[in-house]
Amino acid sequence: MEMTGAQIAIEELKAGGVEIAFGIPGGAIMPFYDDLLKANFKHILTRHEQGAAHMADGYARVSGKVAVVVATSGPGATNLITGLLTAQMDSVPLIAVTGQVATPMIGTDAFQEADIYGCSIPVTKYNWLVKDARQIQGVIREAIRVATTGRPGPVLVDIPKDIQTARTDYNPQAPAKGALPAVRQMPEADAKAIEKLMEALEQAERPVILAGAGIIKAGAAAELARFARHAKIPVINTLLGMGGFPGTDPLFLGMPGMHGTAYANFALCECDLLISLGARFDDRVTGKVSSFCPKAVIAHVDIDDAEIGKRVKTHIPVLGNVREVLHTLNRQVKPTERRAWLDQVEAWKRDYPLQYGWDGSIKPQYVIEQIQEITGGEGIYATGVGQHQMWAAQFLRFNEPRAFISSGGLGTMGYGLPASIGAKFGRPDKEVWLIDGDGSFAMTLVELATASMYNVPIRVAILNNAFLGMVRQWQELFFGKRYSHSHYPTNPDFAKIAEGYGVKGFSVRDVDQVRSVLEQAAEHDGPVVMDFHVNPEENVWPMVPAGAGNDEMQLAPPSPEDA
Amino acid sequence: MRQIYSILVNNHPGVLSHVAGLFTRRGYNIESIAAGPTEDSEVTRISIVAFGEPHELEQIAKQLRKLYDVRDVQQVPYNRSVTRELLLATILAGPEKRGEVFQLATAFGANVVSISDESVTLEASGNDQKIRTLLKSFERYGIAQVARTGMIALPYTGMPSDWEPLA
Repeated sequence: MEMTGAQIAIEELKAGGVEIAFGIPGGAIMPFYDDLLKANFKHILTRHEQGAAHMADGYARVSGKVAVVVATSGPGATNLITGLLTAQMDSVPLIAVTGQVATPMIGTDAFQEADIYGCSIPVTKYNWLVKDARQIQGVIREAIRVATTGRPGPVLVDIPKDIQTARTDYNPQAPAKGALPAVRQMPEADAKAIEKLMEALEQAERPVILAGAGIIKAGAAAELARFARHAKIPVINTLLGMGGFPGTDPLFLGMPGMHGTAYANFALCECDLLISLGARFDDRVTGKVSSFCPKAVIAHVDIDDAEIGKRVKTHIPVLGNVREVLHTLNRQVKPTERRAWLDQVEAWKRDYPLQYGWDGSIKPQYVIEQIQEITGGEGIYATGVGQHQMWAAQFLRFNEPRAFISSGGLGTMGYGLPASIGAKFGRPDKEVWLIDGDGSFAMTLVELATASMYNVPIRVAILNNAFLGMVRQWQELFFGKRYSHSHYPTNPDFAKIAEGYGVKGFSVRDVDQVRSVLEQAAEHDGPVVMDFHVNPEENVWPMVPAGAGNDEMQLAPPSPEDA
Repeated sequence: MRQIYSILVNNHPGVLSHVAGLFTRRGYNIESIAAGPTEDSEVTRISIVAFGEPHELEQIAKQLRKLYDVRDVQQVPYNRSVTRELLLATILAGPEKRGEVFQLATAFGANVVSISDESVTLEASGNDQKIRTLLKSFERYGIAQVARTGMIALPYTGMPSDWEPLA
């Protein structure tokens, strides 16, 4: 049958299991939007294209499904860049469809023309500019496949306006024509490499697992739990790996690195075998590479060959899907006691717990602990980027994968609000909480309009210190307390702003009100913003200074009561 | 350390941007890049000479293999490959120096492709040692302009694995 290019794109998205779109229409994408309406495709209208991209990202992280982001040419498309790179850095699948000026106009600096194909090369896994309607079927199929297979990532398909309206034959059953050759399939993990890892484990006295986001993406949480518990290996979760291992398990050591727990960093420094599973040795994890795990044999299981040996010298490289590798390991691993090592780890946990002092002000960590108590760790938790993000990772306890969504690699402030809205669309059965900072929140707060319009019941807790808190902390510690342009003394009243958007707002200045406001928010039928005026001088501890080794970690200064 | 990458990629617009962009984005040092058709019209061969630490050169190969359009990456060790580069060079030489220049050109197997009252333009091909030696030899006349294609390479075929070629 004959269809327009836009119709074919939409049919192929549906056929590929894509159920939802986030975006904003504009001149060059109007034919696509017209067909979107005719096709009755679910679409969420946002207020900014960046918000749409983060929504699709949050949706994918919690559901494991892929969403489409739609934007018009020029500024609509360039507004996606931050969202695409956020997804690229954290290996999140999403499909961006952008309108482009009509093919005869390309290259003439036409109205709202941007070379989004060129712009998006470094921020996507792959991208296409479609210049023939007959290619759309193959390109969309391939786009979905590339985004969701192997190491996932974002893709972008740029479709000029005249290609959207061009009519061509469409056969849904046809094998895709014009598609480019397949992405190479992942080889089965090398049995010899796995054997070497098993041998190393048998000889190890002080092994540690470093579990990253790969565990979550591969659906390997159950295999990981079996492996760690059977072989009695303590587990450290990277920021993005949180939820890949139960936060309540006695073997759980929390997060490593710059703002990791003391006991995780001690374990890294003392272990004699590090088994990294789907983690990429980010600089925030390793600190100074030369003093990372100095006593350990390092085994690295990853689906991406380019991650193995990229930053850390690997003794046992294992290329493969981490779930399959763990499955093989679980068939071979023998139960072990490892009493001395586990006692040591327990002693560190007892002697160096995460802690904060009390002085009558609202401590941000306290708010997070209360959210944890109210939700029992059963919710989905999103964050922005900064101090609050680190506290959330430290003080929340995740029971299951896909429960924590945060911009790790790119550290995108403003990620939280749109991502939490997308998360609620991805998992409507879950309570979605956003722990945000005032700086991060202000960057994309316009999406409150989206939460309001679709009545998305997200619970937003702003830990408002009227500072760019992490910048302030670094200025205090490393820049002689010169607080250069990190202070927002005239922050808006976020509760009033929320009300302006038709969203329930609370402003909280008294620590005694924290619990009751959180409880009211949890019961509210609709989106809620809670503006907690927290102690502006609170810092994130422990801390490994930038460029230092994990062995140079500074613990929290003594609290007032201890002094 | 220098490394030659002989890369087979899908022949379509944009592929060179993807490959070149990888080098800029990841801060890899590129010495030359040359692209051209192959025996298969759907495939282009890109030859890149890069330099860096050994682990970095390995990373480059891995990152190249991740690119969607890359079908094959051969890391061609310098001493186990045929490498060629094409040079055009305009040598400043009036009628009185032409004889010398012609003689020198013959010694390098270079062809004269253009002559004016002030200059002689030469064409030469060879590995980069030869091209560099040639340019050095003509320096004393003055070199007005140079165009080089960048190196292309193919691994030697059918040689015993312990064979050590000279060039």
